Amino acid sequence: MNLLSVKGLSVRYGPIIAVRHLDLDVDVGEIVCLVGPNGAGKSSSTLAIAGALLPSAGTIHLDGKDIARQPAERLAMAGVSLVPEGRRIFGRMTVQDNLIAACLPGRRPFDDPEIFSLFPILRERMGQFAGLLSGGEQQQLAIARAMLRKPRLMIVDEPSLGLSPRFVDIVFGALRQLRNQGVSLLVVEQSARRALGLADRIYLMRSGEVVMTGRSGSLAQDPEFEAAYFGKEAAR
Amino acid sequence: MNLVQLLVDSLALGSQYSLVALGIGLIFGVMRMINFAQGDLITFGAYMLVVPTVSDVAPPMIAALPTPLLIAATIAVVALAALLTERLAFRSVRRKGADGPTLLITSFAIGYFIQSVILFLNTGRPKSVSILPELSQQIVFAGVRVALVDLVTIIASLGLLLTVGLFLNRTRGGIALRAAAEDFLMARLIGVKADRVIAVAFLVSGALAGAVTLMFVAKTGVLDFRMGVPLAIAGFVATVIGGMGSLTGAVLGGFALGLASTLLQSLLPPDLRPARDAFLYGLVILVLLVRPQGLFVFGPGRERV
Repeated sequence: MNLLSVKGLSVRYGPIIAVRHLDLDVDVGEIVCLVGPNGAGKSSSTLAIAGALLPSAGTIHLDGKDIARQPAERLAMAGVSLVPEGRRIFGRMTVQDNLIAACLPGRRPFDDPEIFSLFPILRERMGQFAGLLSGGEQQQLAIARAMLRKPRLMIVDEPSLGLSPRFVDIVFGALRQLRNQGVSLLVVEQSARRALGLADRIYLMRSGEVVMTGRSGSLAQDPEFEAAYFGKEAAR
Repeated sequence: MNLVQLLVDSLALGSQYSLVALGIGLIFGVMRMINFAQGDLITFGAYMLVVPTVSDVAPPMIAALPTPLLIAATIAVVALAALLTERLAFRSVRRKGADGPTLLITSFAIGYFIQSVILFLNTGRPKSVSILPELSQQIVFAGVRVALVDLVTIIASLGLLLTVGLFLNRTRGGIALRAAAEDFLMARLIGVKADRVIAVAFLVSGALAGAVTLMFVAKTGVLDFRMGVPLAIAGFVATVIGGMGSLTGAVLGGFALGLASTLLQSLLPPDLRPARDAFLYGLVILVLLVRPQGLFVFGPGRERV
């Protein structure tokens, strides 16, 4: 069953079209990766789905309800969590205050044991300023912050960016664990190799459009996939 | 001039400046807008103390209430007025996607609107009003005679600063406000309601303006339709020299400005004293030339709001 269903989504910045007629689905309990080179429109798509950007055309349905014009804070309540590009943790606040700010009444407490079992380092860092954490710790905090709202759909933009392999393993492990708990994930990833290792299904974007889509297992075997990622000229 | 006397004077002046600066800083944090109407809200509160009239002698209105009610009513009407400026003016401008400069002009418009209405109802002639007469006596403090109103201003301000500090650091609403001040979009993405957090900033800011109304009028006893303007400018300057975006900086900047002003007043030769503010703001320019990031910003600011 589709949790998220995007049809004909377009995003423009003035005259510049960042995303053109994007069709994309995410099923319940599935990890879907959005892959593509810089400037392909991946981040713009995630921002539009999470309500941070107003799409210029298209529909976005969550559980059958059109959410394309809902503001970000309403979507956060409705179960869509975006961990945006660059993580955007509140650097001048402590780790604990970052978590408290994300708590909603009646959802998880900021010191939910499940979060600490996934990211034990955060418990040690509670009193520190979040801006002083390493990149990998900040990424863990950003995901923990998104988890506090018990999202049904978590969108994570480039979780591996600038992380050492050890932290990539921790973060990807956490994403898989979330999937196993029934959370659906839409993950933006620049590295096709890493995306193939993480995702159930992949959408490959280039210049604002989806140029290829399929299950990771079949795309991994497909020589066209690499060619499409780098563009036809580069592949020749 | 005695040192204790100097300290009390500068702290009393500085605490008014820092309350205004904190009010401006709170709103700047969540909207990236300098609210120049902050001073005119102080004026509005002052004129609510009396019945609006074109005659030179105004009968008391809020000023006629017993002390606790008078304090509560003044703070409440100014906080409510601040909320109304947000609800009726700033919110619709913001919804249209206005940037900081547009909002700044909006705040000027609101400020002049408040001034003009007050001018129309009360004329431009200053009026006198007496509130909190029990504060007008002098007391002996640390061997020096000081005005009780100054001491009470200092203590009340410290109490207010502490309360706002606790609110920002210890309550969920305050932490959400700080989060919104640091990264407004990210705060919305984690479910912080944009309209509510901005309304809270205006409410707190308005309550602080109401407190300044009481301190200012209790000290001077004079109403003037432009009385809030110098306070708004001082508060704005305090946020700039304290480091734009840092609330702690804004508060410290207010105290620094109060100290500099009081020092100039007592150290300048008598002939130059009327030009005190020229020296004061010359000093401010000097500070900004040396430390454009603000006096009280060290490395990554700790409590940026």
